[in-house]
Amino acid sequence: MKPATAVVLVLVPASLALGIAFGSVDLGPAQLGDALLGRGDEIAREIVWGVRVPRALAAFACGGLLALAGALLQVLLRNPLADPAILGVSGGAAAGALAAMLIGAAAAAVNLAALAGASIAAGAVFAFSLGRSGWNPYRVLLTGVALASGFGALVGLMLAIAPASQVQGMLFWLLGDLSPAGDPTAALLALAVCAGLAFSQSAALDVLVLGEDKARSLGVAVARLQAIAFGCATLATVAAVLLGGAIGFVGLVVPHLLRLSGVHRHRALLPLAACLGGSLLALADTLARTVAAPAELPVGVLTAMIGVPVLLALLTRLR
Amino acid sequence: MLEAKGLSLSAGGRELVGALELSLAPGQCWALLGRNGAGKTSLIHALAGLRPPQSGTVALDGVPLPAIGRRELARRLAVLLQDEQSDFWGSVLDYVLLGGYPRSGNAWSRDDESLAQAKRWLAELDLADRAAQGYRTLSGGERQRARIAQMLVQDADILLLDEPLQHLDLRHQAIAMGTLAARAAEGKTVLAALHEPGHAARHCGFAVLLYDAGRASLGRSSDMLTQANLEALYRCRLETAGAWNPLPS
Repeated sequence: MKPATAVVLVLVPASLALGIAFGSVDLGPAQLGDALLGRGDEIAREIVWGVRVPRALAAFACGGLLALAGALLQVLLRNPLADPAILGVSGGAAAGALAAMLIGAAAAAVNLAALAGASIAAGAVFAFSLGRSGWNPYRVLLTGVALASGFGALVGLMLAIAPASQVQGMLFWLLGDLSPAGDPTAALLALAVCAGLAFSQSAALDVLVLGEDKARSLGVAVARLQAIAFGCATLATVAAVLLGGAIGFVGLVVPHLLRLSGVHRHRALLPLAACLGGSLLALADTLARTVAAPAELPVGVLTAMIGVPVLLALLTRLR
Repeated sequence: MLEAKGLSLSAGGRELVGALELSLAPGQCWALLGRNGAGKTSLIHALAGLRPPQSGTVALDGVPLPAIGRRELARRLAVLLQDEQSDFWGSVLDYVLLGGYPRSGNAWSRDDESLAQAKRWLAELDLADRAAQGYRTLSGGERQRARIAQMLVQDADILLLDEPLQHLDLRHQAIAMGTLAARAAEGKTVLAALHEPGHAARHCGFAVLLYDAGRASLGRSSDMLTQANLEALYRCRLETAGAWNPLPS
């Protein structure tokens, strides 16, 4: 077993356990154990099963979805800088969500507006990327970057005209925040579906590393593979953004952390990226909930603050 | 048998190949010669089903290429591309084993037969001692030989090669051409775009000459590779006196 695999296998249960054990309310080990077994204090049980477990699972699902989308986009676009934000989906969701907040919509309507924005962005990327000769990764990249810039301008405009009382909520959404995540079932389901579908294409993705024409000549149905993998990446990004807003960094860096640790085959890279992304976001979210408790920090700020030095350290070690 | 009928190709408004009739039979080794930009790469891509022709058809044993599934085609026809984006992270052996993908559907099949094939072609192409080395650490010529080895692991009946000798030194040019000619002698079909009429004459029984404006001529190398034809093809005088002679003896 590669060291990276062992680390991830330890991190997954550890990050979820820490997410359940720590929070703004101090629960002792005995109280925690009782609550987990459904015994003892009702408030403790509610904190554990009603708040912390769904929150830890939501963070895990969100991080897993982002890392999976990043890993897929990096191989499809043959660009190490590709991450979920490059599809313009996060930008579309942000513009939708902020527009709903601006008119004072309820939380459910904000989520619907985010979904509408993400769908418009994803639809536009797909529509503009299908050239006469089929799918074109460069058009995906350019369309996504253009849309992200456009949505960024809209977001800036809305922040500028929003009343001061709404700006903090908007900023939290933009920085990535799991506090309104709620029930993680749908996101976990999306993670399982996307990871399973992407995993089924892992051998073909390995061949795609050689280039599109070479992959075609080795028998890979490249257009179909690209459609499946872009579809997975888009679905994963939309699900993650709806859950936690625009959490940056996880999708970009987690696949690179694994590659720098010697994991390249997609059969291992894709599931490990999902698990590592999930664990790292669960850990970051636990920190976001506890370091300034009872206040919560936006988790997207923490993912970048932790991830940047880790990646730089790994790059230095491998220089 | 790979057959092109009425095949026309153009690029950038220029006609490269016009109504070409070409039949590549088992056991034949073909050289494809032409000036830079004559359309050699486009022709190989069209014969491999990687680009649709402007008109005409390419058929494998009577079945048009678009009607054959990608995997099935890759089991029967292998192509060495001129440009390959090689951002491959694994060992030379890993790289060569990817040639087994069309048959196994598994990029990392390491059964005894695949390993034996990979080692055989690495040895034949003088790369046996590089098998465990990282692919990225190879020189240009070594990478080219690894790419040829990968193509041979594919074990297809038809081998199309776009400039297989690029980056190779003299010794390895001879080794590569000898390997390809031996495959043709075993009954496979080989077509290679070459820039060396000498190699074409020595190793290939047949030649296609691609002239400008879509004109092509083809036939036995002994008839095709004459001084007059080659001077017309390359639009320059060929020096045939002296110790080195690019023409068939």
